[in-house]
Amino acid sequence: MKLAYWMYAGPAHIGTLRIASSFKNVHAIMHAPLGDDYFNVMRSMLERERDFTPVTASIVDRNVLARGSQEKVIDNIVRKDQEESPDLIVLTPTCTSSILQEDLQNFVSRAQLNSKGDVMLADVNHYRYNELQAADRTLAQIVKFYIEKAQKKGDISTTRTPHPSVNIIGISTLGFHNHHDCRELKKLMADLGIEINLIIPDKATVEELKTLPQAWFNLLPYRELGLATAEYLQTQFDQPFVDITPMGVVETARCIRKIQEVLTAKGAEVDYEDFIEHQTLYVSESAWFSRSIDCQNLTGKKAVVFGDNTHAASMTKILVREMGINVVLAGTYCKYDEDWFRREVSEYCDNILVSEDNGEIGDAIARLEPSAIFGTQMERHVGKRLNIPCGVIAAPIHIQNFPIGYRPFLGYEGTNQITDLIYNSFTLGMEDHLLEIFGGHDTKEVITKGISADSDLFWDKEAQGELNKVPGFVRGKVKRNTEKFARDRGFEQITLEVMYAAKEAVGA
Amino acid sequence: MTLAQENTTAPAINFECETGNYHTFCPISCVAWLYQKIEDSFFLVIGTKTCGYFLQNAMGVMIFAEPRYAMAELEEGDISAQLKDYNELKRLCDQIKRDRNPSVIVWIGTCTTEIIKMDLEGIAPKLEAEIGIPIVVARANGLDYAFTQGEDTVLASMANRCPTKAENKENKQEPNGIQKLLNFGKKQPEKIENEYKEHPPFVLFGSLPDPVVTNLTLELKKQGIKVDGWLPEKRYTELPVIEEGYYVAGVNPFLSRTATTLMRRRKCKLIGAPFPIGPDGTRAWIEKICSVFGIKPQGLEEREAQIWENLQDYVDLIKGKSVFFMGDNLLEVSLARFLIRCGMTVQEIGIPYMDKRYQKGELDFLAQTCQEMGVKIPTIVEKPDNYNQLQRIKELQPDLVITGMAHANPLEARGISTKWSVEFTFAQIHGFTNARDILELVTRPLRRNNNLKDLGWSKLIKEEAKV
Repeated sequence: MKLAYWMYAGPAHIGTLRIASSFKNVHAIMHAPLGDDYFNVMRSMLERERDFTPVTASIVDRNVLARGSQEKVIDNIVRKDQEESPDLIVLTPTCTSSILQEDLQNFVSRAQLNSKGDVMLADVNHYRYNELQAADRTLAQIVKFYIEKAQKKGDISTTRTPHPSVNIIGISTLGFHNHHDCRELKKLMADLGIEINLIIPDKATVEELKTLPQAWFNLLPYRELGLATAEYLQTQFDQPFVDITPMGVVETARCIRKIQEVLTAKGAEVDYEDFIEHQTLYVSESAWFSRSIDCQNLTGKKAVVFGDNTHAASMTKILVREMGINVVLAGTYCKYDEDWFRREVSEYCDNILVSEDNGEIGDAIARLEPSAIFGTQMERHVGKRLNIPCGVIAAPIHIQNFPIGYRPFLGYEGTNQITDLIYNSFTLGMEDHLLEIFGGHDTKEVITKGISADSDLFWDKEAQGELNKVPGFVRGKVKRNTEKFARDRGFEQITLEVMYAAKEAVGA
Repeated sequence: MTLAQENTTAPAINFECETGNYHTFCPISCVAWLYQKIEDSFFLVIGTKTCGYFLQNAMGVMIFAEPRYAMAELEEGDISAQLKDYNELKRLCDQIKRDRNPSVIVWIGTCTTEIIKMDLEGIAPKLEAEIGIPIVVARANGLDYAFTQGEDTVLASMANRCPTKAENKENKQEPNGIQKLLNFGKKQPEKIENEYKEHPPFVLFGSLPDPVVTNLTLELKKQGIKVDGWLPEKRYTELPVIEEGYYVAGVNPFLSRTATTLMRRRKCKLIGAPFPIGPDGTRAWIEKICSVFGIKPQGLEEREAQIWENLQDYVDLIKGKSVFFMGDNLLEVSLARFLIRCGMTVQEIGIPYMDKRYQKGELDFLAQTCQEMGVKIPTIVEKPDNYNQLQRIKELQPDLVITGMAHANPLEARGISTKWSVEFTFAQIHGFTNARDILELVTRPLRRNNNLKDLGWSKLIKEEAKV
């Protein structure tokens, strides 16, 4: 048993449902007790979905507990097959059904006999996989199912398209800015003269899956979703994949160069160098921004990054390589894929934290006192409490992270969006500077002496006055550091001298 | 079961029962409002990641406010009994005691603890003795209950913890102000005597926000009725004295287990009344309590009339309009009854579970209201089937559908106005004063529609192909 207040990745069935509901005309039936269909609420609310979420539950109640599901699951599958004629019904186990240990595969086989559409059991163990792993597995499972089905029927099309083409794998419902990223990737592919063969799972039909082998290669924008599928396609059809996330100027260029390499190996004559240069210098504002004096003011500022593997790793690289910011801690909650994360970021940050415990991250942030945080909604709230600004870069997310406006994180427009996010998160450079000179906006503080009331150390009038001149958002930190310095050296009173000494000693 | 004479002239109500394939919140959601209500409590939900994920998302921003609740997340070792439940729970409860020092820890049993048959009721007393903090066990799981019924399971367990007079005297040598109030009627001050009429001790049950508690208590005080306590109180340590022969009344329609426990285990007498939702319900509720105590109600008719007068602008908006309750929180019958009184027609009352005995007062009042308003009594559909309901909604094209969030946006996109049902559970809807808040909620989509009506984009999906 584990005492937990918050979790970063959801339970396995959420991953399966995200995949199933991303496809067109695929229905998921959860074998679950009443109330476990909360996924529908999330999809309907967060994505402001106009259509009914194609997920229903075959309810596990007291009777099921006593007698087993018997015909109930089968009846529910067959009924759904008749009502909505989906191409595929995915029977989704939940934590409850995992421990009931009913033979769900048997239900699926029997329901298949009376269903026009296909029926499948999602192969995920609730106690071993989380949302992200389950999504990856389910996508691979569905792809494999339809590839094998087509192979059996003999109508699989393995001939490559005449022009270079790509499958984009990993765009899904409830993914962080996935729909904007998808649009940006489509544009990028068009600019590169690469045809889109298929995007999965987002809005694809299962019938189309048999055309996957036609593409020249697969593009995996996200580390968490699609790798299993891409590896399967590589072994089956010798289809290479590019798994460099095109997030940030440098990584986008690296991704494009990798695509060039893959295409060249397949016999296409492509040279993207001019394109990369043009985009980098003139389309993305990010490269220019990093040279501008605004960004100069960010030099050496401390930041903490935390999120899923894809976004935390990319963000760390952008902050360090492209903006000269000092990432004091980079972290991920993708414990199961920890090695990858360490490899990606180890040369860019001072510390690495791999943890699923929000308390641990909160404590680290409090200890490190960065100027800005880039994390999930949880870190945003930690930031609120500590008065540190936070830019949200990864799930778990709230409704405000499903913006209507165009906000990709990937590609060249993505670099612009990220630049805004970073810049706006740090207190604006010049304003920061001016506040430091003129002692802040909040001149009311000067006449109240309350600020030192909660400390055992006495601040004399001058020192107090000086402290009040420190801009509000760093004042607490200056105060703490000065007091720590004074305590360490046994000063009982804090004078201007002590303050300056502290500043010189610890940079308070 | 009830004490007062029943009104038997009303026509019969038609009940149906469907498949139970409907959307609702898991009953563990009750921790969200109960931990706020009972200030010295800590709720420990013993379940899986699924439970945690639901709470985390359903409670929204509350989760960041250092809530006094947590998950005891079961791992594979717990499921396969490689770890000892007792030791595991002890470890976590020790930690909770150390970090928060609550006056009570409430264990919420979930589907998983049911299936693996974890003996929470057995472990709790032993652990309670060991750590010195009361542990209340409530099995609020999705196998048996829906949404608000979670509160019912918690309060039913708490009902067993309410002290008797003897215990209470023993615990509290020097009764404080509240205690004095609680003990009134037995042997205490005379100066309040004239404010209240002579009646047996009376306790209300149901968790309501404090302003609503004050409000309803004062409404009864105006009739000379003294409320000797509420289940639950603001603090666990202030749970009311309950003795054999006390009278009790519910304030919410989903509290049937609590009512049963109070009657059978604590030997109380239940006043079966309609619930104080809407001015009509509030008046009927007070009148019923008065009638049981043999008190003639004063000025209620005028009070109700005055409230209706203040509601007129909202009533005008909804009069003649139709409403469809998909059903998910058990408030449906009371709300439907109030809306019929407002002049709406109700096409269907979906409800997760219908306790015809506990809700008898409300059901009779519904029938009576329909008769007086000259409308057909709507069918009450227990354990509804959401899919079938959506077909009926498509056919009936109601002016308003009261439903969960899973269906709200898709229905709006199809040009059907919706009101999110969960808001009724969290808004203040009880008593005369809050009647306006109910209509505020009900009319909101209609007012929004009036504002946007000339824009021509009420239907925002392409016509569905009929399969």
